[in-house]
Amino acid sequence: MVVTEQGRAPRMARQSGATVDATLEAIWKTGPGIRGVLSTVDHKRIGIRYIVTACAFLIAGGVEALIMRLQLAHSDLNILSPEAYNQLFTMHGFTMIFLYAGPVLSGFSNYLWPLLLGSRDMAFPRLNALSYWIFLLAGIFLYASFPLGMSPDAGWFNYPPLSGKDYDPGPNIDFYLLGLIFLGISTTVGAANFLVSLLRTRAPGMSINRLPILIWGTLTASVGNLLAVPAVTLACVLLFADRQFGTHFFDVEAHGQPLLWQHLFWMFGHPWVYAIVLPALGIVSDALPTFCRRPLVGYTPVALATVATMIVGFGVWLHHMFATGMPVLSLAFFSAASLVITIPSAVSTFAWIATIWTGKPVLTTPFLFLSSFIILFVIGGVSGVMTGAVPLDFQLTDTYFVVAHLHYVLIGINVFPVMGGIYYWFPKMTGRMMNERLGRWNFWTMFLGFNIGFFPMHIVGLMGMPRRIYTYAPGLGWDTLNLITTLGSFAFAVGILLFLINLTVSLRRGRPAGANPWDGPTLEWSVPSPVPAYNFAVIPVVASRHPLWEDRLQSPERSSLSRGYLLNHGRETLATTVLDAEPDLILKMPGDSYAPLALALGLGIVFVGLILHSERWTIVGVLATTVAILVWLWPQRRLGQTAEPTHV
Amino acid sequence: MSESALREQSLPVGSFGRKSSGWYGVWTLVLTESAIFVYLLFSYFYLASQANGEWPIGGPPPLTLAAPNTVILLASSAALIWAERSGARRGKRLQLLAGLALALLLGVTFVIVQLREWHGKAFSIRSGTYGSSYFVVTGFHLAHVIVGLSVLLTLFIWALRGDFDAQRHAPITVGAIYWHFVDAVWLVVFSALYLVPHLG
Repeated sequence: MVVTEQGRAPRMARQSGATVDATLEAIWKTGPGIRGVLSTVDHKRIGIRYIVTACAFLIAGGVEALIMRLQLAHSDLNILSPEAYNQLFTMHGFTMIFLYAGPVLSGFSNYLWPLLLGSRDMAFPRLNALSYWIFLLAGIFLYASFPLGMSPDAGWFNYPPLSGKDYDPGPNIDFYLLGLIFLGISTTVGAANFLVSLLRTRAPGMSINRLPILIWGTLTASVGNLLAVPAVTLACVLLFADRQFGTHFFDVEAHGQPLLWQHLFWMFGHPWVYAIVLPALGIVSDALPTFCRRPLVGYTPVALATVATMIVGFGVWLHHMFATGMPVLSLAFFSAASLVITIPSAVSTFAWIATIWTGKPVLTTPFLFLSSFIILFVIGGVSGVMTGAVPLDFQLTDTYFVVAHLHYVLIGINVFPVMGGIYYWFPKMTGRMMNERLGRWNFWTMFLGFNIGFFPMHIVGLMGMPRRIYTYAPGLGWDTLNLITTLGSFAFAVGILLFLINLTVSLRRGRPAGANPWDGPTLEWSVPSPVPAYNFAVIPVVASRHPLWEDRLQSPERSSLSRGYLLNHGRETLATTVLDAEPDLILKMPGDSYAPLALALGLGIVFVGLILHSERWTIVGVLATTVAILVWLWPQRRLGQTAEPTHV
Repeated sequence: MSESALREQSLPVGSFGRKSSGWYGVWTLVLTESAIFVYLLFSYFYLASQANGEWPIGGPPPLTLAAPNTVILLASSAALIWAERSGARRGKRLQLLAGLALALLLGVTFVIVQLREWHGKAFSIRSGTYGSSYFVVTGFHLAHVIVGLSVLLTLFIWALRGDFDAQRHAPITVGAIYWHFVDAVWLVVFSALYLVPHLG
C-alpha cells in the first residue's frame, strides 16, 4: 500500500557531492532496456536526445544545402530539376529553422535547467518526454514526404496563393501545414514546462537576480513561443481549411487576403527568430565568462536586454513585408522599431567584449567558438540593420543579400554558440573531455568555410541575384562568386564532419572530466559528471550568482551546496515561491511512464489520418489521444493527488 | 538566504490547490489559448476591413439565440464556482457532484443551442470570407467548449469515485480555471461577432 502524507518538515542533511547516493539513485533511476528508452522522463536523457535528434536534422538539412550548392556552382547546370530544387530549398529551410535551430536549444535547456536551478527535474517531467516524442514524430512526418517526392515546395514561409490548391494541388503543402501544426504542439508544451519550472523549481535562494543568463534566454523564448506559436498554427489551420474544406481566407477570387497569411506568419516568425537566438546568446553569456576567468560584465543590462529584445520583437513583423505595398506610416513605424532592436543587441555585444577585454582569456575550443560568434553576430546584425531600412530593403528584398543575412544570423548566432556549448557541456553530459587538437581543426575549418561560403552571397545579392532560382544565365558576373560559395559550403561541411569525428572519438577515448573540468561557477559543475539520475543529493541553498566562485570573488554571501534539503521519501523535489524562492511545498514527481509516447503516437495517427483524408484513422487517433490523456491525468495517490482513504 | 530560512519548517507534500504544478500549468495553457483567439479575431477584423461584399452576410447576426445562450454559459460557470467553493473546498461530495452536473448540463445546452443556430444560418463556411470567418471563429470556440465539457465529465467521474476531499482537489481547481476561460472567451467572441455589427 502506498502511503503519502499531507505535510512534512524536510530533513536538512550534509551530503558529500562526490559519491553517488545509492538510495536516491534507486529511486530516480530510469528502468532498464527498451522499457526505459520508451518511458523515461529524466530531463538529462531527454535533453541529450533532443540535441542528437536536432543534429541529425542539421545534417539532413546540410546535405540538402550541399546538393543545391552543386546545382548553383555554375550557370545553366542541370543537376536538379526546378521542381526538385523547390522541394530541396523548402525542406532545407523548414529543417534548419524548425527541426534544428529551435529543438537544439530546447535540448540544451532541457538538459541544463534543473542543473542550473538546483532541482531534480523539470516541473512536468512527462510533458518533457511528450515534447520530445512529438518533435521526433513531426520530423518523421515531414520527412515521409521526401521519398514520395511530395515534399513542401513553396518555400519555408509558404506564401499563398502559390501554396493554395490552385497552384499546388498535391499533398506537398499539406505536409508542411500539418507538420508545422504538429511540431507547434511540441514547442508549446515545452515552453509551458520551462515557464512553470522557472516559477516553481528553483533552489531556495535562487532569486531572479541570480539566474544564469541561459535561463533568462530560454524563459524569454518560452513566453515568446506561448504567445507567437498560435499565430502560425492558426495560419496553417486556415490554409488547410482553404485547401481541403473550401473556405476562402486566402482565396483572391472570393476577396480572401493572401497578405493575411504573411501577417500571421511573421507575427509568429519574427518572435521565433528571437526564440532561436536568445537561448544561444544565453549559452555565450554563461560559458564565455568561464574562459575569461571573471563574471560576465553587466549581468543586469544583459538580462534586461534579453527580455527587451523579445518585447520589441513582437512589434517588427512588418519588416518582412516592406515590399508588399504598405502605407508609409506603417513602413516608418516598423522600420524604426526594427532599428531599435540594435540597442539591446549592442548592450550584450559590448558586455561580451568587455568580459573578454577585462578577463584573462583561456584559448580553448569552446572559447574560439563563443568569441568568434561575436564577430558573426555583428556582421549578421549590421546586414539586418541594412534590410531594416525601408529604401535599402526595396532593393535587397528577395535577393541573395537576405540569404547571406539570415545565414549569418542562424549559423553565426545559433550554430556557433551551440558548437561552443557542446564542447563546454560535453564533459558534464558524458564524463569525458572532447579532443582539443581536433577541436581547433574543427573550429577553424568551420569558421573559414562559413565566411568563404556565405560572405560572397552579400555581394552577389547586391549584384541582383534573386534567391530561390534553380539556375542562372551565364554572363551575369555571378559565376565566380557562386563557385566560391559552393567551395566554402563544402569546407564548412568538412568542419561539421570533423566535429562528428571528434564526438565519436571522445565519447570512447576522451580524457575523464571530473565534476568541474573548466572550473565553472554555476551549480551544474557542483555535481559529478555524468550527472547521477537524481541530480543533487541534497537540494542546495543558493546565496549568489556564482555559487562555486564565492571564495575567490570574496563574496560575502555563502551558498550551501553540501548541506541542504534531503528529500528521499520517493521521487521528490522542492517547490519554492515565485518571487523569493522560499521553500513552499514538496513536489511528488512522476516516474517512468508510457503515457507521453502513447499520446504522441495518438496525435501522430490523427495527422496521418488527415494527410490521407481518412476519417477512420483520424477518429482512431483522436480516441487514442483521449485515452492517453486520461491515463496520464488519472489522479494517483503516489503523486499525492487523491484523498487519503478514511479506512485502511 | 538568511540562516533562519534554513530551519526545518513543515511543508505540504504533493498536490495542493494553487500550490500544485497543474495550477501553474493551466495558466500557461490559458495564456497560449488566449493568443490563438487574439489572432483569430485579428484575422476576422482584418478580413472585415478588406471586405467589399456584405459583412456580415444578411446584416448583423440576430441575438435571439446567442444572447440567452450567453447567459446559459455564464450560469454554468456560476454553478462550477459553487461546486468548487461549497463542495470541493469543504470536502462536501454531494455539493461538488451537484455543481459539476449542473455545469455540465448547462454546457451541453449551450452546445445544442449553438448547433441549432449554425443550422439556421442562410450561409455556409464556403460563403465568402464572412461565412468562412464566422464558422471558423465560432467553431474554434465550440471545440473548446466540447473539450471543457470532457474535462467536467472526467472531474465528475473522479469525484464520484471519491478521489477528492477538502485537502486534495487540485484537479477541480485546475479544470474550473479552464472552463471559466472558455466562458470568458465566449464573451469576447460574442461581443466581436454579434454585438459589434449592431453598433454600425
